[in-house]
Amino acid sequence: MSRLLKGERLALVRGGRLLFEDLDVELDAGEALHLTGPNGCGKSSLIRLVAGLLRPNAGRVERADAALADDSIALDRELPLGRALAFWKGPRLVEAMSTLDLDRLAHVPVRLLSTGQARRARLARVMASTAPLWLLDEPLNGLDRDGVQRLASAVAAHRSGGGAILAASHMPLGDGWRTLEMGQ
Amino acid sequence: MTGALIAREVRRGLHGSAWLPVAFFLLVATIVPFAVGPDARLLARIGGGALWIAALTAALLPIERLIEPDRADGVLDQLAMAGIAEEASSAAKIAGHWLTFGPMLLIAAVPGSFLVGLDSAALVRSLTSLAIGTPALAALAVAVAALTAGLPRAGSLAGLLLMPLAVPLVIFGAAATGDGESSALMLEAAVALLTIAGAPFVAGAAIRAART
Repeated sequence: MSRLLKGERLALVRGGRLLFEDLDVELDAGEALHLTGPNGCGKSSLIRLVAGLLRPNAGRVERADAALADDSIALDRELPLGRALAFWKGPRLVEAMSTLDLDRLAHVPVRLLSTGQARRARLARVMASTAPLWLLDEPLNGLDRDGVQRLASAVAAHRSGGGAILAASHMPLGDGWRTLEMGQ
Repeated sequence: MTGALIAREVRRGLHGSAWLPVAFFLLVATIVPFAVGPDARLLARIGGGALWIAALTAALLPIERLIEPDRADGVLDQLAMAGIAEEASSAAKIAGHWLTFGPMLLIAAVPGSFLVGLDSAALVRSLTSLAIGTPALAALAVAVAALTAGLPRAGSLAGLLLMPLAVPLVIFGAAATGDGESSALMLEAAVALLTIAGAPFVAGAAIRAART
């Protein structure tokens, strides 16, 4: 089994506050890890750290190619959704958009999307990439029941295809997830 | 991806208010004769410098839309995730920004030069000087935009930061509009080259440092 993420003895200080230290995080192909914990315990920071957008104060991270869906939409608001997503050149974009039922929104400008639709758009960018490691920060926020189911089946397909997922969420993500309780 | 990034910058520039810096440029050029009086010889002598001041103030206008919206929206993070170095995306932003800013400013410099009473030889010298100088102004604008992105009152702060940095460029650029014999144009080109070469690294480091 190939290792997709290995973080050793990670420590992160932000704003003078120690968020975590001596944290080990590992993901093999096919695995999914659910980060839980109270607000402000560093779940999102850990995801940004794994993404390479923050530097750990101690420890090191090795990872395969990753795709990130966080709170930022990162799509040009004036463009139609299809074109805005196409900017990121995901090889599986068509598939991802139909998986998340975004086809019918392809011509809608990004700025007119609802909260849940914008959340699906962020997930679509991740699914469209060929990155084996998905980093999802609160992926269920704003999703309706249909969206949650579609995400769950996409996650299952990604795992069976040899991918791995690191997700932070306050909500249960389904079966087969390992849980890492933070902030203790 | 770099081509797509440049095209995106051009589209954003044109979609936004690409005409605004140009209108501002012409407005400043119009104000000069009112401020110093209608003496044609005096105007012709200071005209090149006036065009440069107009270009510098016009360069300030788009600063707030160059980096901050992309930082706030996570575009810069996603570009980093896509494996594009911050320096490379900054260089693409500089190129894209110049394409919406430089050529239009050069076109506007033609009527602008009549407003400040330049003759045709001085017009050619001014256009050459601005053609060399505007890419450096675009590079400075992107670097300063990256340094001030996310700060409160970033617009005014950017102005305070950009003007002193542009001083060498203005000195040689304005000198090159007046005297075709001196080596001012060469020195201007040297300063511009240094600015354009350094700005992507400054902007890239600033983008990384601004991540939270």
